[in-house]
Amino acid sequence: MSEKTIERPTTDEAALAKELEAEEKAAARQASLLRDGWADLRKRPLFILSALVIVCLLALAIAPSLFTARSPFSNGFCQLQNSMNGPGSGHLFGFDVQGCDIYTRTVYGTRNSIVVGVVTTIATTLIGGLLGMLAGLIGGWVDMLLSRITEVFSALPIIIGGLLIMSIWRTGDVWTVSFIMAILGWPQVFRIMRGEVISNKYNDYVMAARALGADSWRIAFRHILPNTLAPVIVITTMNLGVYISAEAALSYLGIGIQSPNISWGLMISDAQDRFLTSPHALLFPAGALSLTVLAFIMLGDVVRDAFDPKMR
Amino acid sequence: MTIIDPTDAVPAPRSGDGDKTGPLLEVRDLHVEFKTREGVVRAVNGVNYSVDSGETLAVLGESGSGKSVTAQAIMGILDMPPASIPKGEIRFYGQDMLKMSGEERRKLRGARIAMIFQDALSSLNPVLSVGFQLGEMFRVHQGLSRKEAKAKAIELMDRVKIPAAAARVNDYPHQFSGGMRQRIMIAMALALEPDLIIADEPTTALDVTVQAQVMDLLAELQREYRMGLILITHDLGVVADVADKIAVMYAGRIVETAPVHELYKRPAHPYTRGLLDSIPRLDLKGQDLYAIKGLPPNLLKVPSGCAFNPRCERAQDICRTDLPPLVPVTERDGTELPGRASACHFWKETIHG
Amino acid sequence: MADTTKAGEPTDATPNVSGVQVVEAESEEQAVAALDEPVERGEPILQVRNLVKHFPLTQGILIKRQVGAVKAVDGISFDLYQGETLGIVGESGCGKSTVAKLLMNLERATAGEIFYKGQDITKLSGRALKAVRRNIQMIFQDPYTSLNPRMTVGDIIGEPFDIHPEVAPKGDRRRRVQELLDVVGLNPEYINRYPHQFSGGQRQRIGIARGLALNPEVIICDEPVSALDVSVQAQVINLMERLQDEFNLSYIFIAHDLSIVRHISDRVGVMYLGRMAEIGTDEQIYEHPTHPYTQALLSAVPVPDPDAREHRERIILTGDVPSPANPPSGCRFRTRCWKAQDKCAEETPLLAIPERFKSSDSPAAHESACHFAEEKDVVHAA
Repeated sequence: MSEKTIERPTTDEAALAKELEAEEKAAARQASLLRDGWADLRKRPLFILSALVIVCLLALAIAPSLFTARSPFSNGFCQLQNSMNGPGSGHLFGFDVQGCDIYTRTVYGTRNSIVVGVVTTIATTLIGGLLGMLAGLIGGWVDMLLSRITEVFSALPIIIGGLLIMSIWRTGDVWTVSFIMAILGWPQVFRIMRGEVISNKYNDYVMAARALGADSWRIAFRHILPNTLAPVIVITTMNLGVYISAEAALSYLGIGIQSPNISWGLMISDAQDRFLTSPHALLFPAGALSLTVLAFIMLGDVVRDAFDPKMR
Repeated sequence: MTIIDPTDAVPAPRSGDGDKTGPLLEVRDLHVEFKTREGVVRAVNGVNYSVDSGETLAVLGESGSGKSVTAQAIMGILDMPPASIPKGEIRFYGQDMLKMSGEERRKLRGARIAMIFQDALSSLNPVLSVGFQLGEMFRVHQGLSRKEAKAKAIELMDRVKIPAAAARVNDYPHQFSGGMRQRIMIAMALALEPDLIIADEPTTALDVTVQAQVMDLLAELQREYRMGLILITHDLGVVADVADKIAVMYAGRIVETAPVHELYKRPAHPYTRGLLDSIPRLDLKGQDLYAIKGLPPNLLKVPSGCAFNPRCERAQDICRTDLPPLVPVTERDGTELPGRASACHFWKETIHG
Repeated sequence: MADTTKAGEPTDATPNVSGVQVVEAESEEQAVAALDEPVERGEPILQVRNLVKHFPLTQGILIKRQVGAVKAVDGISFDLYQGETLGIVGESGCGKSTVAKLLMNLERATAGEIFYKGQDITKLSGRALKAVRRNIQMIFQDPYTSLNPRMTVGDIIGEPFDIHPEVAPKGDRRRRVQELLDVVGLNPEYINRYPHQFSGGQRQRIGIARGLALNPEVIICDEPVSALDVSVQAQVINLMERLQDEFNLSYIFIAHDLSIVRHISDRVGVMYLGRMAEIGTDEQIYEHPTHPYTQALLSAVPVPDPDAREHRERIILTGDVPSPANPPSGCRFRTRCWKAQDKCAEETPLLAIPERFKSSDSPAAHESACHFAEEKDVVHAA
């Protein structure tokens, strides 16, 4: 036992310092879990592909006039003599039954789809996230009350709920549709948020903060909230695509966006009767819808793979 | 209460196995790798060990030493991919299991080689009664009827000393305490009277007083059935209590092998020595404990040469460049010490110095 | 509620509030000032009297109805002296971790008192409670879950200063955090790293640094090394002993590893099913145990010496620990005890120096809650 040396651990560390320093550089680059996820995302081809598509769609939504010289709201945009004409020079996608240029309408329809998707997602995340956090943090009767309310809302089928609200409120613009979907969609975010908060609430680091004398405010925003964000980000990205396709479905059924507003779902609905004779009127808006939804769902998928710690 | 005086000698290896020569299980130069996001993790880097019938081999190591991965490779329950076995042999009665078909291995699993896990609660199916789960072994491997299987299950529960076995056979796992669940796991492992049992930290999750009960039961059953037992653990106390021989693992390699008494008396590897020295001792109360300095190795970046060199007090330049092979350990005058080997350039200094 | 009323019945021998110099503070200012008074070495700093914690078991969703209680802690009394380490050992479910949470005021006691420097901290609130929090800190068992994964090491160790800004002025905090990292043997440059970049032993050092930040006087350690590798345990134990000397700390060291508890503790208490079975100096408990449970516990510990296994008598207890929701009457240990007689079921043995040893000055004369306390030599660890 003569060779026993009893050292302060600082000296042990010093011995290892060299080795650790080499790791330091690599470590500094991927410091946080979020940044880890981002670093991982950038390497995935699916992410790059879906991000490219989404960037194009955003450009279309923000500045449709850059992509088409015509405006669907100008006089003389629709010429009945062109009704159901197929694709031709200057009119890449052809004309619909009213003789309107389908390409221009599809381009302008992008904005409504994206706006409905984004607005609904933001609204559901805010409502569901906030209420979910309150229910999880406070617990007790607040939790019970909010959970019961959530159950009521999630029991309403979207079609019946949509019909109900539309019959009262007959405007049929993007805001009404977003409102309907947000009202019916927030319970999903609520449940995820509440579950995450409750599972984080009993973690040791929350107990450690309480032992230090931290107040509820600090515990909620400094300790619990940051740890619930990853799953909420994942569900939010995936929902974007889901809400866009839901809007199209509602509009297709006549309880979503209404004319003169432009919507892919509405265009599909208008074109369906003449599908056999002139399929182009249905295929182009339907293709745009599929591509958009696919891009967002693909994005949600890769984001989940990158951020969900359970997948690691 | 029972007072047990474990003076029984270790039984001689089972001799009636006729033509089968050599050890019951022999692992030769086994390598296991895992492909991860960060790179290839070499979890096991050339492990050799063997067990005979009626013998207890303790594999001692810390987390990341590769002790559990080796056991999973023997059982054939590694997830491949991400794991792969690029090299090595696992001979069971002389036959290399890695060359067998999936079906052949499945027949060995449970019937000839069984495993006991650390966490009995998650290893038992929560929605099936313990009687059903115990009986399943007989139904699958021996084709017994439900009724016969249940009778066998009760018999097994009696064997592992679960009180009121007949009354509890239809209970579900969560209705049993931790110690009782571990007994059920043991019963399940014993069901088909295997030749070899691998126990991966079987008592780590249990309380001290229950741990003693379970270890005693395991040792008693092993004696009775003359099974080989591979005990995987990090607990130097448990090892001293039950093992016949010990293999110490560090960073995916075996760094020392020795019969149990020899190892505790005269360790021949600085890592083993460090582990033994860091046990709190009465005469050193009030002083610092001996501590191996530094951190366990990162398997993505195992140090060159001897993996233990950054933490070793004896480390010289050669330790940083040359990987020490596992060589036989002898007395000062060259007399052989059977079963002893050390993977240290300075084993002579460590054991004799 | 029926069960909580029973909680008051005397379960320990220690008379109510015996030996406690209760400080009656008239205002919050006085209370806070009294909490900052230093305590002489060897004087009691923390005194626990008849502490009880029952967790109610309820049924029903809308209208909750109490159907019983888990008696996690059921009448415990002990003192912690300034500068000492009091070890508390026991098996899972004995209530040792609940004691830690009660001492930290993380759980509200059902009954009983915890006096810190003469003030009952179970009744404090507001500023006085915050002052107590500053002085009593905790080190957690699991270094993987006790650090917030989204905060940097600097934020984790600096958080105590955010909560108690009076301890360190804002401009000084970064330096203080780096000093603390150095004290616990970590490179001060690691301040911007995240917990997942550290190994278990290093994370535990971060947890220790956080516990030290406010210059506490008492640290409650709940299984601080049991989640660590064997070779790292010794490093952390050495660090804790060094810090105790350096910062004049008093420790309550809760663990199930008996040899480590013996190494670090001056006195040891043995808990069983919510009660203290035996308490004394480390020598009294390990060399001269008089409670059958302590004897069984000590003899069950595997000894890291293969020569001992051949000639060692072990007491193997039968059965499992009964449920704390429905503990046995009288002596809690009687269902597994080989000495149990009718008296043990009828009469609760009090924690006191057994009558037969009272006049002797042998090491067996220490507090033990057994009707038939006697010495028994057991071969055991350490």
